[in-house]
Amino acid sequence: MIQKVRAIAATGNLSTGFREETLVGAVKDGAHFVGCDAGTTDSGPFYLGSGQARGPREGVKRNLRLILREALSAGIPVIVGTAGHAGGRPHLEWTLEIVRELATENSWHFKLAAIDSEIEKDVLAEALRKGEISPLSPAPRLEREDILRAERFVAMMGIEPIQRALSAGAQVVIAGRCSDVAIYAALPVLRGIPREVAFHAGKILECGAASAAQRLYPDCMAAELDQGGFTVEPPNPALRCTPQSVAAHTLYESGDPHHLVESGGMLDTSHAKFEAASDRAVRVTGSRFVPSATYTVRIEGAALVGYRSIVIAGIRDPLVLRQLEPFLSTVRSVVERKVEDSLKLRSDQYSVRFRVYGRNGSLGEAEPVTEQEGHEVGLVIDVVASSQRLAADIIPIVSHTGLHNPIPEHQGLISNFAYPFSPGGIDAGPVYQFCANHVWRLEDPCEPFKMSVESL
Amino acid sequence: MQELWQLTKLIRSKNAGPFELTFDIMFKDFDGFERVLDSDVLCAENIAQLYKIEISQVRFFRIDNLLAIKITIPRHIFSGDIEDTDIYGGQFHGPLVRLQIEVGPNPGKQRGYVSD
Repeated sequence: MIQKVRAIAATGNLSTGFREETLVGAVKDGAHFVGCDAGTTDSGPFYLGSGQARGPREGVKRNLRLILREALSAGIPVIVGTAGHAGGRPHLEWTLEIVRELATENSWHFKLAAIDSEIEKDVLAEALRKGEISPLSPAPRLEREDILRAERFVAMMGIEPIQRALSAGAQVVIAGRCSDVAIYAALPVLRGIPREVAFHAGKILECGAASAAQRLYPDCMAAELDQGGFTVEPPNPALRCTPQSVAAHTLYESGDPHHLVESGGMLDTSHAKFEAASDRAVRVTGSRFVPSATYTVRIEGAALVGYRSIVIAGIRDPLVLRQLEPFLSTVRSVVERKVEDSLKLRSDQYSVRFRVYGRNGSLGEAEPVTEQEGHEVGLVIDVVASSQRLAADIIPIVSHTGLHNPIPEHQGLISNFAYPFSPGGIDAGPVYQFCANHVWRLEDPCEPFKMSVESL
Repeated sequence: MQELWQLTKLIRSKNAGPFELTFDIMFKDFDGFERVLDSDVLCAENIAQLYKIEISQVRFFRIDNLLAIKITIPRHIFSGDIEDTDIYGGQFHGPLVRLQIEVGPNPGKQRGYVSD
């Protein structure tokens, strides 16, 4: 057991970057590992559903190159979690390919561990049948047929699969879907740091420099963990942490300010103390870790809903604006008839949404303001159908119908929509939805996470 | 009357995962924090009404050491569903920014509250 572990978070997201000199300095000051989160569900279900990684690839490669260069020359491990943005198998492969390229280009030799977190649909369906899957709240319906129809599932690993990779001697660990906190808690817990310290430090480190008083740009963050607590200090001298900034970061993106549920237990920060250790460093003590009776991992899934095409238009005529709602509902009924006539589709076989910016474009049904303000609105006509071809075919029907739909105040053919582009229609590709907010009860925390190790 | 933003240094909303929204409201000083809490303008009941959900679905946290209020609600429409308007949930705080808060002697202070 060692007394202290110094953890470096390269940045909040592998694709956003950090300053080279900050990372160089942070590792030079002594570090036991460099971690980096590479994903999130924030940007929606597309990446998980499509298998596409979020780049830019060159940016991710630049960041990985610097992280690997510094860590390998210091002889410390690198841990990347939620590879390729969603942590599925194609995302993991995308990231591993970059790592292998870097090893070849720079003649680096190291042991690389890949941890696959994609869960086969039949495995998940079997777990569901055995009663091992439970919904969180709120959750979409997840029955056997929903699982089989979905595109892809991942399980979110805790610290144990990462620890297994480190124990196998991996110098670089690329993990699929992974708890952000686990990236930073895995190695410290392995080295004897108490879980309450390691998990709370992980929560603070996972967004990189975001816990600084003013994050001027994405950058690194460092924490020194010991038996009693941890001290967080930005390695970039231009940034500083204050007790307020670090405590406030505990709130960010979590539903409950004091209780963070992780695989294996719950971090309780309700009695945590945040004290200035210097004018730039903060000492955090007093958190608790409450182990859970059963070990669960969160399941994420995405299912294909259809294909989207859109068109953007402005409406400026005050006479149209003052009757916009009935106007759009007339357009809708004319469109339904035309689509049925020309494409033989019933209205329940596709969807048309009028997203009216200037009314409730941002909040939709949740918008409390009902009276119209402003001299124009922006309209996004949003069509989703069962194929890209169909969605693209419906777009001109809607846009042409809306363009010339009459209003009683104007006699003669009018053109209601200001289209900024030609062609107006834009194919937006496949549309997915998150189809699981569930947990899976496991006997062995490593069981569904397949590890492969290669020597580069 | 003052508007909520005049008493705060941060009002934000954000997804807490794809299925929940969380609001963080951080105050400039204890006086504004107390005033808003005492006004009952920003309470679980009003949030339920404003965002058209059940009051039992509103989780309301008062965090004294940060002079902050945190409110977490389920998303009616999950992030990325075809009806969704705000994938990150970053603009749902909009209706809170100009909430009208009564000015005048702090009712909390009248009841003898102290600032820590």
